[in-house]
Amino acid sequence: MKIAVCVKQVPDSWAEKKMVNGVLDRVNVDAVLNDLDEYAVEEALRIVEAHGGNQEGGAHSVTLISMGPERATEAIRKALSMGANNAILITDPALAGSDALLTSKVLSKVISDGGFDLVFCGTESTDARMSVIPAMISAQLGWAQLTFAGSVEVDPSSSKVSITRVTDEGVDLMSAQFPAVVGVIEKINEPRYPSFKGIMSAKKKSIEIRDLASVGISAQKPWSQVIDASTRPAREAGIKIIDDGSASEKLVNFLAEKKLI
Amino acid sequence: MSNVFILADFSGDKVSKTTAQLATVAARIGDVTAIILSANGKGDALASSLVGPISNVVIVESNDFAQFGVAACADGLGQLVLERKPVALLVASHAFGKEIAGRVAVICESGIITDAIDVASDLVATQVIFGGSTTVHSKVSQGCAIITLRPNSIEAKLDSATPVIEKTSLTINESAKKANVNSTQPPIKGGRPELTEASVVVSGGRGTNGDFSAVEAFADSLGAAVGASRAATDAGWYPHSHQVGQTGKTVSPQLYVACGISGAIQHRAGMQTSKTIIVINKDPEAPIFELADFGVVGDLFAVLPKATEGIIARKS
Ligand SMILES: Cc1cc2nc3c(=O)[nH]c(=O)nc-3n(C[C@H](O)[C@H](O)[C@H](O)COP(=O)(O)OP(=O)(O)OC[C@H]3O[C@@H](n4cnc5c(N)ncnc54)[C@H](O)[C@@H]3O)c2cc1C
Ligand SMILES: Nc1ncnc2c1ncn2[C@@H]1O[C@H](COP(=O)(O)O)[C@@H](O)[C@H]1O
Repeated sequence: MKIAVCVKQVPDSWAEKKMVNGVLDRVNVDAVLNDLDEYAVEEALRIVEAHGGNQEGGAHSVTLISMGPERATEAIRKALSMGANNAILITDPALAGSDALLTSKVLSKVISDGGFDLVFCGTESTDARMSVIPAMISAQLGWAQLTFAGSVEVDPSSSKVSITRVTDEGVDLMSAQFPAVVGVIEKINEPRYPSFKGIMSAKKKSIEIRDLASVGISAQKPWSQVIDASTRPAREAGIKIIDDGSASEKLVNFLAEKKLI
Repeated sequence: MSNVFILADFSGDKVSKTTAQLATVAARIGDVTAIILSANGKGDALASSLVGPISNVVIVESNDFAQFGVAACADGLGQLVLERKPVALLVASHAFGKEIAGRVAVICESGIITDAIDVASDLVATQVIFGGSTTVHSKVSQGCAIITLRPNSIEAKLDSATPVIEKTSLTINESAKKANVNSTQPPIKGGRPELTEASVVVSGGRGTNGDFSAVEAFADSLGAAVGASRAATDAGWYPHSHQVGQTGKTVSPQLYVACGISGAIQHRAGMQTSKTIIVINKDPEAPIFELADFGVVGDLFAVLPKATEGIIARKS
């Protein structure tokens, strides 16, 4: 099995994020591997490990695919140290501030050229929070969409993949033949911490850097654009009381004052 | 006048409140056509339940929608958009709606904007991003403007609709039939309002220690929905479908009450834009107090039952 995992570098959740000319400043901010993508890496690794592992030259491999600035190699190294084999980073000045459609085109092109059986994604990137890229990649490629997976089962001998899809609509059992795009939710597993050995060997693993031209896509106008961005005023400090037995009454009075009861 | 599509949103076989909100926003832009994707024989009943400023309804019936899920729905909707060229398509912003919108964007080579809290008549969408810290205005610059609208962000016009109803049939493409839905188990619904539709949400966290009875009783006195932090859903104290936060629901009610919740960034991401926030927490240093309009440093098991009594007493 050749598995690809789409991983993204994102600003640290606690970091102060700034928009500069309608584009998120990804340079002057602490950046990390999107934590929801760790679950995708973990699940891909568990699947290959259950079928003999992903040692070099073996039958199975896990390749990371990421689109982002050059420094995204930091986040990629983390996912490599978990145990993925190698990585492809698509980076190009023309991609700064890309919208979802362009992102899905670029990732899909790299995926289809790579000859993968399965692609794993996280449910959402913590900066964009769109939760659309896995579905869009599936539509671009014409591959099965198996997203919001709370569990995944793969049978390489019959090229079949089954998931439980967990959303507000309920729980669906879904299945498909390879190739498929699998999106995982964070209830699916507990991602491993990279071992010392993993961290050391990740330093030697290959991260292939590609620009737009080598991907085979020409620079394009974005399909959606930010017009302006402004910082919202911080919430005004409210009332804070220590319960001395009368807090309930004060709370009810507050609700009444605000016409909430 | 220009033509605007909305994808009618249903929970089970009932129209959701979000559909009228979509119609209300869409009516600012042009004439509203509501698209109903339904199983064979079910479209008319769904159409008759629509409310809001809707001029036309297009019903597409196919059993492929249930059998092949998101991909088939998007394929059908995408065919209609390509054929009838609306200026915009508005869809409810939940897992299913966003995925459909994403796939339609691919099919129609269009820009997509997710989680808008408002859309103006010139198609400029307003979003609140980065956990509530930044407001962004954005616009689709190529193709049909595909926008998902966060439920409950705007006041819906609830005019009874008397739209022109049309039925059409189309063939779902094979490329959208690659994943099979083998079985579906609908969510178990309690008697309380839906989390994302409720105007009041009362949530419990690790501080409940697994006992949600005080949180539920307080919620019921306010007619509220019950939410939970991930610590509470991970522990199995409350169903995952009630989780509020980054990997749960995003809520934006008139009133949010956080009980025994510390205020981790991932939790805030789902409730930060609530109008009024009340906090009950034993720890005066808990970061959730930064968001509180009214904060009580105290034990939720002491504060909530008395407050519940107080509210019930006022009502009678
Ligand atoms: C990838 C990822 C995604 C996540 N997504 C989400 C998400 O969607 N939603 C979410 O909520 N979290 C999410 N989290 C988890 C988040 O980081 C926190 O761990 C979680 O929100 C903590 O829940 P809590 O506030 O209930 O528990 P704690 O942080 O343990 O806080 C419990 C609070 O209860 C107070 N308390 C205890 N007893 C009482 C009492 N008797 N009366 C009053 N107060 C009391 C304590 O003082 C404390 O402040 C996510 C984490 C990750 C890594
Ligand atoms: N720039 C990117 N590079 C690689 N993977 C991405 C990128 N953007 C999104 N993804 C993948 O798509 C998932 C959903 O992201 P989003 O739709 O942006 O919320 C993420 O969890 C990643 O797996």
